[in-house]
Amino acid sequence: MIELLGYGFMQRALIAGILVGLLCGVLGFFVVLKRLSFIGVGISHSAFGGIAIGVICGVEPLLAAAVFSTLVAWTIGWLSKKGRLHEDTAIGILFSSAMALGVALISLSSTYQVDLFGYLFGNILAVSAGDLWLLGGIAAVVLGAVGLLFKELLFLAFDEEVARANGLPVTPLYFVLLSCLALAVVAAIRVVGIVLVEALLVIPAAAGYQLARGYRSMLCLSVATAVLSTIIGLFVSYFLNIAAGATIVLVLALLFVVALALGRARRTAIVRPVVVHERARAVP
Amino acid sequence: MNSAAPIVEARGLAVDIDAHPVLWDINFSIAPGTFLGIIGPNGAGKTTLLRVLLGLIAPSRGTVSVLGRSPSQLGRGAHQIGYVPQRLDFDPRFPVSVQDVVMMGRACCLGLFRFPQRDDWRKVQDSIRQVGLAGYESRRIGDLSGGEQQRVFLARALCSQTRLLLLDEATTGLDLPAQHELYALLQRLRREMDLTVIAVSHDLLELGAHADELICINGTTHIHGNPRTVLDSHQLREAYRCEFDFLSDEARESAAQRP
Repeated sequence: MIELLGYGFMQRALIAGILVGLLCGVLGFFVVLKRLSFIGVGISHSAFGGIAIGVICGVEPLLAAAVFSTLVAWTIGWLSKKGRLHEDTAIGILFSSAMALGVALISLSSTYQVDLFGYLFGNILAVSAGDLWLLGGIAAVVLGAVGLLFKELLFLAFDEEVARANGLPVTPLYFVLLSCLALAVVAAIRVVGIVLVEALLVIPAAAGYQLARGYRSMLCLSVATAVLSTIIGLFVSYFLNIAAGATIVLVLALLFVVALALGRARRTAIVRPVVVHERARAVP
Repeated sequence: MNSAAPIVEARGLAVDIDAHPVLWDINFSIAPGTFLGIIGPNGAGKTTLLRVLLGLIAPSRGTVSVLGRSPSQLGRGAHQIGYVPQRLDFDPRFPVSVQDVVMMGRACCLGLFRFPQRDDWRKVQDSIRQVGLAGYESRRIGDLSGGEQQRVFLARALCSQTRLLLLDEATTGLDLPAQHELYALLQRLRREMDLTVIAVSHDLLELGAHADELICINGTTHIHGNPRTVLDSHQLREAYRCEFDFLSDEARESAAQRP
């Protein structure tokens, strides 16, 4: 296995997997606690429209997707915050429209030679040095913003109304969170693809949620699950010769099942002595 | 009545939501240190009034002044207003401890991009102790009883140099002893911290027994005065559009015993 790391493509894949795991583990923490998972689906699917615009205009597709997804995320936020539409309705309209735009633009282009399958389902082994720089830049911006605004974002996730009443700039914070989410989604497209990116955002944090009693441990577990699953998935996919993105998601699902079982076992262990104690007291 | 400048004042306040009048011609002022109870039937606009005082809703007409300024211009001064909402429908498994929740109340004092320092943690500990939850710091919020959770939210509202405390039906869903404990705690904190308290509640008797003044609204101000006057008034019955047999002599006595 060590000799595999001698290959440049494998080194780049590993670095990309760790960076994306870190990003999605951190952002997923807020996605699960603030219940934004449907927004994650909307943003990831709308990224296809951005990729198509990038292809047509001759711009780096992931860069175009980053800009386009951020705009879509802001529009979803604006429509739902202004009370014009329910959030899920806004997401439903925007993500299908953006996806349709992507398909229409790609079909109009007579000369496209883009690996669409790679964007839809990920191709971590094809990560280039340029992709790594883009990923590193996105990771620095997103992790920096989340780190500096962590206490405000946690308050926002727990109790938005009181956060607003306390004078926190709730709407700008929400848009910062949406922007970070859009950037993380775009970063993860190379690894697991548009269709499966939601798994990296939701499953690691959901696994952490099953086991953690405090937010710090949930955050650590979320990041650890995301990073570990990308590394395991990468090597398993290589040895079994199956798609890396799908393998990473399957590893994530497996880790989630383990976390679910451990969480249930722990809660049962905590509750049982209390029940026994209550019964003992009830006996005269 | 205190002769100091009012800490909260509304003059000709009106709020329209989607062109529908929710509040109109609301007039009242309260002196620092007062405990004001806001009562009124369902849909009377009590929570809307509280949200105007918090700066969450802008008045359509009239003026409101809180701590000498318009609520929308309080900015970071908003931390001097503590807010305890209706019992939260929050996820009981949200992974935060009591001290994490109370620390959220320091967020506005700290400002953006700043991390809590030792002094902030000390203030959090003080607030937790003030509401009688010392020893609960590391307990998860969802593991506490309803009454204990409300005390945590009270501690969060108090840990930022709070001068004005607003409570929106904070006793809803609590059993009678827990309600009584919460009001007794409010009275003690009010004395110790020199707080002004504005509480919205449907419990006329309990609120009447603890507040210095009651204001009854149903869209507009029906009556504002001491609890005995308000509870005995025909304006209260007009606002609720019913008679109150439950306002017994005992309840009136309790209200009358207030200084």
